Amino acid sequence: MKRLLWLLIFSVLSLAACGDGGQSTVDESVLHRGTGEEPESLDVHKSRSTEAGHVQRDLGEGLVGYTRDGKLQPAAAESWTISDDGTEYRFQLRSDARWSNGDPVTADDFVYSFRRLVDPDTAAFYVDSVREVRNAAEIISGEQSLESLGIEAIGEHQLKITLRRPVPYFINLLAHPSTFPVHRASIAEHGDAHSRPGNLVSNGAYKLTSWVVGSHIEIERNEYYRDNDNTAIDRVFHYVTPEPMAELNRYRAGELHVTRGIPPELFIQMKEERPDEVRVSPALGVYYYGFNMSDPEFADNPKLREALSMAIDREQLVELIGRGEAPAYGWVPNGTSNYDPQTYSWSSMSADERTRKAQQLYREAGYGPNKVFRTEIRYNTNATHRAVAVAIQSMWKTVLGVDAELVSEEFQVLLQNIQQKDSIKIFRLNWDGDYNDAHTFLSTFETDNPSNLTGYQSDEFDSLMQRAASQTDPRLRKAYLEEAEVRMLRDHPMIPIYFFVNKHMVSPSVIGWGDNVLNYHYSQHLSFAADE
Amino acid sequence: MLRYAYLRILGAIPTLLLVIAIAFLMVHSAPGGPFDAARVLPPEIERNIERAYHLDDTLFEQFTSYLQGLWHGDLGPSYRYRDSTVSELIAGALPLSMKLGALAMLLAVVAGVSAGIIAALRKNTIIDRMVTGVAMVGISIPIFVIAPLMVLVFAVTLGWLPASWAGSGSSDRLLMPVIALALPQIAYIARLTRASMINIMSSDFVRTARAQGLCTMSIIRYHAIKPAMLPLLSYMGPAVAGILTGSVVVEEVFGIPGVGQFFIRGALNRDYTLVLGITVVYAALVIFLNLVVDLLYGYLDPRIRGR
Repeated sequence: MKRLLWLLIFSVLSLAACGDGGQSTVDESVLHRGTGEEPESLDVHKSRSTEAGHVQRDLGEGLVGYTRDGKLQPAAAESWTISDDGTEYRFQLRSDARWSNGDPVTADDFVYSFRRLVDPDTAAFYVDSVREVRNAAEIISGEQSLESLGIEAIGEHQLKITLRRPVPYFINLLAHPSTFPVHRASIAEHGDAHSRPGNLVSNGAYKLTSWVVGSHIEIERNEYYRDNDNTAIDRVFHYVTPEPMAELNRYRAGELHVTRGIPPELFIQMKEERPDEVRVSPALGVYYYGFNMSDPEFADNPKLREALSMAIDREQLVELIGRGEAPAYGWVPNGTSNYDPQTYSWSSMSADERTRKAQQLYREAGYGPNKVFRTEIRYNTNATHRAVAVAIQSMWKTVLGVDAELVSEEFQVLLQNIQQKDSIKIFRLNWDGDYNDAHTFLSTFETDNPSNLTGYQSDEFDSLMQRAASQTDPRLRKAYLEEAEVRMLRDHPMIPIYFFVNKHMVSPSVIGWGDNVLNYHYSQHLSFAADE
Repeated sequence: MLRYAYLRILGAIPTLLLVIAIAFLMVHSAPGGPFDAARVLPPEIERNIERAYHLDDTLFEQFTSYLQGLWHGDLGPSYRYRDSTVSELIAGALPLSMKLGALAMLLAVVAGVSAGIIAALRKNTIIDRMVTGVAMVGISIPIFVIAPLMVLVFAVTLGWLPASWAGSGSSDRLLMPVIALALPQIAYIARLTRASMINIMSSDFVRTARAQGLCTMSIIRYHAIKPAMLPLLSYMGPAVAGILTGSVVVEEVFGIPGVGQFFIRGALNRDYTLVLGITVVYAALVIFLNLVVDLLYGYLDPRIRGR
């Protein structure tokens, strides 16, 4: 009987073992990397997630790109000039640039792609990159024709882009996937299906081979790529790894060379066990608590907002969360180019001094032991967010005597509550920069910005931002932006808690990995150590 | 008989329609939309997107056009996985999920029944205690603990098996998922079988068979096993449900592109069409299976046919 049992179990297991066919690997070099959530689309105009961007940067390239260390460099364009007033850009495209089917990449391709991006019928998700191009806003809202867009081909390989006002960071936006060229002929042929395996024609170092939705995207060397000689890795698998813990296990089992993140629970353990494989670098992102500024409780009481902010011991909090993040005393992260991040005047105070000052402000705000301030912190369901909220709840209780209730909800529900502003008091969110410029952070507090979720309104702040926007002198622009940040910080519409860091596990066999604030890691920059 | 079948099939259509209508209302009444994010879209872009995805139509218009599509076998485009249609996603994921579920079920029944019989025959011995003890553990530890633990032991530490479905193209990539998914069911089935077997083995007809001189193996094979399986049959429904819900976790842990994963991601991302599509397909499956069972009953029992 026992033998029979084992026989049966064995036969079932060997049945289970009849998996699908095998993957490659002979003598070509293959990189396996975790990409996080599934990219929503590989059509650069139908996506906006950072995950889609990771894959799209391997598949395509814009006029400019980045080095492995995050420095801007020429890509599809070999050079460019900017007019003195900062509104006219002339690009010289590379004559040897090719699509993955061998077609030359021309200035017309860029004109077509930019027009497709702003075409209301495309319904592109991310148009911030070209919003300042002449007439873009009017075309998006259907008031102007596509042809009026400020981009034209002045030769097969010469391109002119005209902006409606000087935008110093515009050149950085041209490395964003939304500004990558799309292949006109294949869109004409396949329509919406042009971005699928077999149809997608791209102009980057790799081309799309297959996509198993829910599992992985496979790409391989694009032989026609202009810089193909310097591409070391032949084939790359981007795995969908929404669960950081599962991703780390796959890495530890040797299935991945690079991970998208490191789960907080194991960060310290990994640093101890594999110090050389843990890569941590500053990121362009801030974790914050926003006040609902349309709630009179907060709107009319800046001292209360400041007291709540001061009462949070960020050093202790970061220590508690314990995974490399930097305490935040301002809104714009360190590492932002051409900018000196501003901080609260009290950031240099000792913890005791800060506590006393917070208590004093709390009393001046009209609260105390006899009139306890009661509020609510809302966050989306997640272990880290909960840990932070519990810590802050207890800090507020200890330092000020505030009673804060914790409410955890699904992300989409939280977003809706924040926007409706009815029931929300204090909410958790984070803001991640799209490009390396202080503008991507500060503009979220402009009165008419749709992402201004606190509802902060300050004429002074808005006018400083306006002045910065119309400034062509980079030093003056920087000064205005910094002043705007100081102004906004003084009003405390939100509590910055910590700045994010980029965290990856990178196998020792991978060389060429560069840490950078943008967290861009092009597969074409990577290679394997000789013994791989 | 044919008339009965026609009537039953006709009767299934309103049920399916009702399921679709309720599911449609439920997904659309969930707070938030498929394109919400912390980076709020400017109103003119939001308008363009809503128009492109027909979200600016009234709910009734959306419902009727969904039904029209469904009539032509089109489950619509996915909002979250924008390069695929819902039909494509389900067509890719369903066979994999079915395979995983069927293998797990098979393993659960074979291993569970065998362990249960052994425990029953060796009642109150060390073997019995081990089986019941292990079964208890199997029932109490949820899959979301067992599955990662297995990965840690067999993939990370020992390196015997791949940690993920995609991590190996070879034959062993479904091995751990199948075992993880089957474990709680093995435990249940073993306990059920043991109890029922002990009951049967002490019944009169078994005693008679023993008195006639039959050996234990023959008694089990020819007399005891069939009646002992009855409680197991009625457990099959809950077992299938357990495998379905368990597969969500297992698919997530092992990175298997199955229906469970799409269902969860679809719900979290408010991918209306994807959630609806999966609901419709599952509802149709359940209705169809019920229909088959009813028809079988009708075939076996003429009294039902006559009603």
